[in-house]
Amino acid sequence: MVVTLKNIFHSLLFLVLCFFSIAGIYVLLNAEFLAAVQVLIYVGAVTVLLLFAIMMTAQIYSPSLRQTNEQVIPGLIIVLVLLVTTLFILGKTAWKISSKMPEAQSTVGIGKSLLTIYVLPFEVVSVVLITALIGAIIIARKD
Amino acid sequence: MLTLNHYLALSAILFCIGIYGVLTRRNAIGILMSIELLFNAANINFIAFSKFITPQALTGQIFAVFVITIAAAEATVGLAIVILIYRHHKEINVDKINIMKW
Repeated sequence: MVVTLKNIFHSLLFLVLCFFSIAGIYVLLNAEFLAAVQVLIYVGAVTVLLLFAIMMTAQIYSPSLRQTNEQVIPGLIIVLVLLVTTLFILGKTAWKISSKMPEAQSTVGIGKSLLTIYVLPFEVVSVVLITALIGAIIIARKD
Repeated sequence: MLTLNHYLALSAILFCIGIYGVLTRRNAIGILMSIELLFNAANINFIAFSKFITPQALTGQIFAVFVITIAAAEATVGLAIVILIYRHHKEINVDKINIMKW
């Protein structure tokens, strides 16, 4: 739905639905913290950003406009080949499934690891984030 | 009971849908939305492996946190570029924007 609808506003709404479903899958996978982060960042922030961009570039998304380019058939073929190959490889690989039970509370573990073992990547990613922020402001500024 | 392969198959399908969107969308914002789908597929993989292969270590979930951060940064910069292009050309369909082709 996200990639095929003609009205890009509708496809944005379906993207929100997809993000919520993925948050549900994270809950199924014992990652409650990541589910919360998913809802906050994707459903909250990224969607609002995309919404602003759609609104600011209005009259582009009129439903009469063609939304796909002329690569639909080759794209479909490539994607189907990729999907079949991936599923074939997935079916053949023997994963080393661990029999231990995961921890009940993953949030505590994530917090502890982020500030002990992974403190350097944590700080680097915050620097990356602020760089992207400043860069976006400079790019979008009126000159 | 859901096994690891179910999650991996879901992630592969989501990834392929995202690739299809990147390949066929004309609208730059549509392409950015498809890229978000790709990031989410990668995150599902990370967390599924983290639960089923190494349940005691939370490495996969921490990597997923980093990936979400990078995805947010990417969306910000991408949308800034889109808005800049729109302001200059009044056009965000990427097959019409060919100023960098020569």
